Amino acid sequence: MVGIAGYGAYIPRNRIKLETIAEVWGADAEAYRRGLVMYEKSVPSPDQDVITMTVEASRDALKRAGIEGREIGAVYVGSESHPYAVKPSGTVVAEAIGATPAVHVADFEFACKAGTEAMFVAMSHVKAGEMRFALASGADTSQGAPGDALEYSASAGSAAFVMGTENVVAECLHTYSFCTDTPDFWRREYQFYPSHGGRFTGEPSYFKHVIGCAQGLMELAGMKPADFAHCVFHQPNGKFPMTAAKKLGFSVEQHRTGLLTPWLGNTYSGASPIGLTAILDIAKPGDLIFMVSYGSGAGSDGFVWRCTDRLPAVQALCRQTRPQLEENKVYLSYGQYAKYREKIKRAH
Amino acid sequence: MRDVAVIGIGIQRWGELWERSLRDLFVEAALNAIRDAGVERLDSMYVGCMSPGLFIGQEHLGSLLADYLGVCPIPALRVESACASGGMAVRAGFIEVASGLSDIVLVGGVEKMTDVSGGGATYALATAADAEYEVYQGATFPGLYAMVARDYMRRYGLTREQLAQVAVKNHDNGALNPHAQFPSKLSLEAVMTSTMVADPLRLLDCSPITDGAAAAILCPLSMAKELSKQPPVRIAGVGAGTDHIALHDRKDFCEFKATVAACERAYKMAGVGPEQIDFAEVHDCFTIAELCVIEALGFFPRGTAGQATWAGETARTGKKPINTSGGLKSKGHPVGATGVGQIHELVTQLRGAAGARQVPGVKRGLAQNMGGSGGSTVVHILEVV
Amino acid sequence: MAFVPSYWRETPQRYRYEAVRCEECAKVFFPPRRSCGPWCGCKLEPCTVAQEGRVLTHTVIHIGPDQFSDETPYVLAICEMDDGARLTAQVVDCPPDKVDAGLRVRIEFRRIQKDGESGILMYGYKVVPA
Repeated sequence: MVGIAGYGAYIPRNRIKLETIAEVWGADAEAYRRGLVMYEKSVPSPDQDVITMTVEASRDALKRAGIEGREIGAVYVGSESHPYAVKPSGTVVAEAIGATPAVHVADFEFACKAGTEAMFVAMSHVKAGEMRFALASGADTSQGAPGDALEYSASAGSAAFVMGTENVVAECLHTYSFCTDTPDFWRREYQFYPSHGGRFTGEPSYFKHVIGCAQGLMELAGMKPADFAHCVFHQPNGKFPMTAAKKLGFSVEQHRTGLLTPWLGNTYSGASPIGLTAILDIAKPGDLIFMVSYGSGAGSDGFVWRCTDRLPAVQALCRQTRPQLEENKVYLSYGQYAKYREKIKRAH
Repeated sequence: MRDVAVIGIGIQRWGELWERSLRDLFVEAALNAIRDAGVERLDSMYVGCMSPGLFIGQEHLGSLLADYLGVCPIPALRVESACASGGMAVRAGFIEVASGLSDIVLVGGVEKMTDVSGGGATYALATAADAEYEVYQGATFPGLYAMVARDYMRRYGLTREQLAQVAVKNHDNGALNPHAQFPSKLSLEAVMTSTMVADPLRLLDCSPITDGAAAAILCPLSMAKELSKQPPVRIAGVGAGTDHIALHDRKDFCEFKATVAACERAYKMAGVGPEQIDFAEVHDCFTIAELCVIEALGFFPRGTAGQATWAGETARTGKKPINTSGGLKSKGHPVGATGVGQIHELVTQLRGAAGARQVPGVKRGLAQNMGGSGGSTVVHILEVV
Repeated sequence: MAFVPSYWRETPQRYRYEAVRCEECAKVFFPPRRSCGPWCGCKLEPCTVAQEGRVLTHTVIHIGPDQFSDETPYVLAICEMDDGARLTAQVVDCPPDKVDAGLRVRIEFRRIQKDGESGILMYGYKVVPA
């Protein structure tokens, strides 16, 4: 048996409401809310980044797995907003959790899919018997260009998973990946903000890969939507994953628990991974979870998880995801948000 | 050990002195001291300066200042103990005379703080704290003393007004000091409405950034009459001490143990207790510092210094005048010079030469000079002969 | 200004809170020291600072050093952790007026400073309400 032995998520406390952003740019807030199914998003404080959030999420994952950092054989951090352009995030995380020096470390990158590919690789190592436990995380503090549609959704958060063959709380039954070269969203070096293809990011990009991956996964697994207690998809806004779920034949009930974006924003590499942690927080032994991520460029990683008997014992061991989403929120003005996100030109 | 006397003092007006360099400031004060004493040679010199390297990119002050004073090849040494550098230079000179190694020793202090930006000065001053475990974490000096103030207020009920009165009182004195950086009175309201720096300390609770120097001439008491026409003032007691550098490692944030250790040694050497001290110059880098220090020196019981200040007991006309010079707050705080400036004030008062700010009939004074948040302290007790 | 080697040297303390404890008197030294004193016979054993504790005193810094100028006003506190270790740290994710002596806090991993736009990023500990 191979799968998730421990999990954790970290969401910053700050929020900004969609209408606060819309007001500044003279946009129709209500239209955006309806069109995107988005209400507010998380904003990292100036002292938070992919590394800090991932350290916290990883510590919770270790606690739930019931192991020490030195038992970890690999640390993989997936993000499209790594704090350094050159210097790994993974080494800081590995050092902070006490996994160094006998550890393999790599940073992963593939737009919003960087988290699930870290999970995919971590699990493969454990499955191959290379190591007992491996840590994988997906986190981002991505930027949305001021006045652009993405400004309403680009947010911050991290999820981390300890993969192992022992202490498993969610067994991985199947994986399937679906990738093509599709330039729907990119950022060239030295550009502060990403660019995207507008409506091209829908049908030929998100939907083609998410649906293609989902169908391939179900065929491989010999399963259908009704078999699953929960599903979670990459969620760049509230609308896209709801459409994908409906198209594939999942109900609102199945989709509800893992859909956080309307209140969290799009945490990019953290999106479906954090959604998965919200599901794991309340899932029951035997529950099947259907997960498909998406990263622009483009590709999807799919997983079928089955919850084990060990899951209930670890759920309340550390901070859970929904409380972090809903409690102790601090709402920012646009000015504070712009300052925190370093969108204001400074004299240096 | 021989008895040591101060036979000459020198200083200049302190402030933001754009046209004056460090070497120029020191030489002026030193020449004033030499002329005041009337000595015709120097055997050795000590200069207190906290950080010429960070403020003006210059080390090796012993050589530089002996050179510019024109007294090479005498031995010369820079002494450093953060803001207690000046006082420690005096102590070093005292030891050299008391031991018999030298007869006529110049002790001085200088700091040139305005060649760097405000941020640069803050950075240099912060090196007096624990660089890795306080400053790295975001601590500033006002921040550290603000944490002391908050603790003191919580435990002893000190009010914001009582704290502000320290600054008001020191400005009342400084207004009469021709060498003070800010020779003007200050109202309680002005202090309490000044810009917040680190809650609860406001701008006018804090000593300023200052350029300045001060110097004194020491010699054996037995040779004083022969060397100088000035009435000698005897250094009756000297003491120094240390405490944990990081504020967080101290058991009681309001107890300045380095000051306690230093004054115990000084009182013992002088054969007196706090009751026999007529007046004192203390290190009011922040208003709260003065309150904690005068308790540590044994002048007031713990927790009562605020009320005593409010009641006027430490005013120039009170029963224990503190900082008749105006203190660091009004006189200024050119870091390395401060401790020597305190000696200048003690000697001036003990000679009866303090003019409008003279405290009548003083016979014995104490100077307390402190580094950082109290990590080091040096105390001198001076008395008329 | 960052001195890279001295930052790197402190990472066991800043990332993992490594300290030493005196076997005799149970005093925790953070950061670790070689000895309690030259003539103290205590044995110092490695340990980790307790993750939870309380605020002893604090301030709100309005005028800070250059490298923290974007974060003012920020709360700085002296905390005593549950094993007696003392540390100075910023209190974050808490309104300044809710911080007072006795507040229970927990260590959280944060970025403490960055060395301008091209220097290294420096991480370490702050505290949040527990």
